[in-house]
Amino acid sequence: MDILIQQLFNGLTIGSVYSLVALGLTLVYGILHIPNFAHGALYMLGGYITLSMMTLYGVNYWFAMFVSVIVVGLMGVLLERFVFRLLREAPPLHDKIAAIGILLFLEAFAQFVWGADFHTMTSPYDQVVNIMGLTFTMQRLLIIVSAIVVMILLYLFLKKTYTGSTIIAMSQSREGASLVGININKVAMLTFMISGGLAAIASSLASPINLVFPGMGHLVILKAFVIIILGGMGSIPGAIVGGYILGFSESLGATYISNDYKDIIAFVLLVVILTVKPTGLFAKGER
Amino acid sequence: MKILTKRNGIIALIILAFLFPIIGQNDYYLHMLTLSFIWAIAVYGINLLSGYTGYLSLAHAGFFAIGAYSLGLLTVKSGMNFWLALVGACLITCAIGFVIGLIALRTKEHFFAIYTLCVGYIIYLVIDKWEGLTEGVRGLIGIPAPGNIGPITFDTAASQYYLVLVFLLAVIIVMYRIIHSLTGRTYMAIRNSEDLAQTIGISTMKNKLTAFVLSTFFAGLAGALYASFIRFIGPDIGSTSIMFDLLMYLLVGGIGTLSGPLVGTLLLVILSQNLQFLQEYRMLIFGPLLTLIIIFYPRGIAGAIFDWKIKRKDKKPPVLRNDVSIKVEEG
Amino acid sequence: MIIETKNLTKRFGGLAAVNNVDFVIKKGKINAIIGPNGAGKSTFFNLISGFHRPSSGTVIFKGIDITKLPANEIAALGISRTFQTTSLFDKSTLLDNVIVGHRLRTKSNLVDAILRTKRLKREEAACRDKAMEVLEIVGLTDVADKIVASVSQEEKKRTAIALALATDPEIIFLDEPAAGINPDETEGLTVLIRKLNQSGLTICLIEHKMHMIMNLADHIMVLNYGEKIAEGTPKEIRCNEAVIKAYLGGSASAKVI
Repeated sequence: MDILIQQLFNGLTIGSVYSLVALGLTLVYGILHIPNFAHGALYMLGGYITLSMMTLYGVNYWFAMFVSVIVVGLMGVLLERFVFRLLREAPPLHDKIAAIGILLFLEAFAQFVWGADFHTMTSPYDQVVNIMGLTFTMQRLLIIVSAIVVMILLYLFLKKTYTGSTIIAMSQSREGASLVGININKVAMLTFMISGGLAAIASSLASPINLVFPGMGHLVILKAFVIIILGGMGSIPGAIVGGYILGFSESLGATYISNDYKDIIAFVLLVVILTVKPTGLFAKGER
Repeated sequence: MKILTKRNGIIALIILAFLFPIIGQNDYYLHMLTLSFIWAIAVYGINLLSGYTGYLSLAHAGFFAIGAYSLGLLTVKSGMNFWLALVGACLITCAIGFVIGLIALRTKEHFFAIYTLCVGYIIYLVIDKWEGLTEGVRGLIGIPAPGNIGPITFDTAASQYYLVLVFLLAVIIVMYRIIHSLTGRTYMAIRNSEDLAQTIGISTMKNKLTAFVLSTFFAGLAGALYASFIRFIGPDIGSTSIMFDLLMYLLVGGIGTLSGPLVGTLLLVILSQNLQFLQEYRMLIFGPLLTLIIIFYPRGIAGAIFDWKIKRKDKKPPVLRNDVSIKVEEG
Repeated sequence: MIIETKNLTKRFGGLAAVNNVDFVIKKGKINAIIGPNGAGKSTFFNLISGFHRPSSGTVIFKGIDITKLPANEIAALGISRTFQTTSLFDKSTLLDNVIVGHRLRTKSNLVDAILRTKRLKREEAACRDKAMEVLEIVGLTDVADKIVASVSQEEKKRTAIALALATDPEIIFLDEPAAGINPDETEGLTVLIRKLNQSGLTICLIEHKMHMIMNLADHIMVLNYGEKIAEGTPKEIRCNEAVIKAYLGGSASAKVI
């Protein structure tokens, strides 16, 4: 029973990270229909920037994370402006390949700057707390709480502010949005910025319990794709729910099935979903 | 007249390729060329599917690995004759390709790319983790070189070069014939617009599946040749970084062109050999290159030359970009 | 009668895009479907040509139930169509674009391609001849070797029609053939459609350009919100109360001229 609760808690932790990454991916997909393969590289970059800020400049964890969010967010803006905007009218194949090019560049860049070694990020929250006989590290609790706070803020932003509503409007219909006078380019850049920021938050939160290395985004991005297909490409609640579902399945799978193959769970899930429903779960009805 | 010079040029290139081991006398270059030819065969496979049929597969490094491991296991563990194992490796790859294609091709565009990316990853993970069969990360060692055919042996660098060259030429001829036939036109119609292809009576699923299986065949063949040429294989040959390398060869050379895969592979393999010092960081250059190419020269070097020729022939310059798929809107 | 729909219905989610439509397409005539934007005209085409599976109802072609057939088999029976957007391959010639249109009447396969068999050569020649023939019908022989990207919008529209003709159809569905082209070119297209019809081809078209339809069609059906509200000759349609109301009263954006 204890193991089960412990694993559910772990699931919640991993799920929180997955949800944040998937949210960024789904926002961009919803607005621009770009499956951003480079999103994992943005995640990786976020981890490195936070780490460097802490080790090189000795700044506080939260401030380091803030810098990371800004830098990666701006990186996203640059990508939109100088890559994806140029490809907006191009066949869908081109977006994907451009994104792969960016991914390869960013990974090589990280390796060039920070080396290929694995780094650990020490967070100020490595204490262990005891709640009802179960032990948790503060960092894990922090991941869960922060993720929920970020999600709520994102929700409020999208629903309660004008700027947020332009994003929603554009995800529903690009033509409609431009007809009512929404500046599509601005919204696209903003979306990329939020997407990059979310990736940076996710990796900054997760790095203290994982490791920082050039390939750290690989699995995460693949899983984030699985999640948004699970939750519906472009759907925001879908990304959140999907993230937690995957988090739970993995932590339970690792315990009760096989730790070796836990990374495969997501892909088997995806293969099963797409085999049964080629357009993904919750696909918007054909029109 | 023009055709004649083009044909002569190709003949000259082939002769040069055959004479190279005699002129070159350099095992290092021979090795590099042989390896490039092997990669090029796999790239032709990806080109058939992604370039001509319009489905971006990210699983082909996986099929390459399946071909390589099938050959390795059949020869090393079952002690099978090389040539039999080569046929077996191709058949195994095609069989797995058929099953995966049957499912994967029900998805489209982004879903297909993501699906195949995941399939590729699963193949890699299975090879990596299934130690009982594949020896896992230790890799498979002692794979035999190609066996003799009568008096012809394949134990020198030059003979292996010729063997791979013959396979490559065969692959190119097959590709040439396909894309200049009704079958090739059918694939291109599907790439251009699947809806339109269906309205003109093309059974898209059947054709896509044939293209998919044939493209996995090329990847598997390349993998099997690789295994017997390098004599050692590890799970890494199925990794996404190999996939992205292959994709880059294709894109730089020219996706959806006949010469593109060979041009791109040769150019990039030679280039990265000469940029040895930045081996680890070559993606610092190649990554942005890939992105720039897809923005400005979406059909690579071969495509750019082709467009330039058309421009010269046709006084009215063709509108570039916006080419492949204009989606059908419904009212 | 060549095609008949009975109670044809298509729902997307809860909305009926096409609702209980009975329609008879008359053999050898020019039939037309009109209606305001979003009336379900394109969906109706998609149901007949096999792109969407109807929620209920049937489509009968020369006495055969084709409701459940996939699009490519429907094409093989002799039903052809064009799309609003032409979807041609910009980088090859008009001829190359049209050649594949006759593919469905050929049998050669991958093996024929690799071995360059006699059958393949014969069939390729047949496809090429067919392509030249249909390009001549639509009046594009002169520009057959031009790259699609370099020809006019109207020529692209004609190429799309040629492609549909290359399948040897008995009936051709044209989805807004005159959209996006100027009045003179529209006139030329009208002449072409009439010519095709006179050669024995049954035509069914959707069009927004009202005077073109009124000139051209023998028989018109009017759809509004997925339902058939009127049917008859151009004269009858012009005086029909329900039609006038649909166009002037509702959310109509089409131009009645």
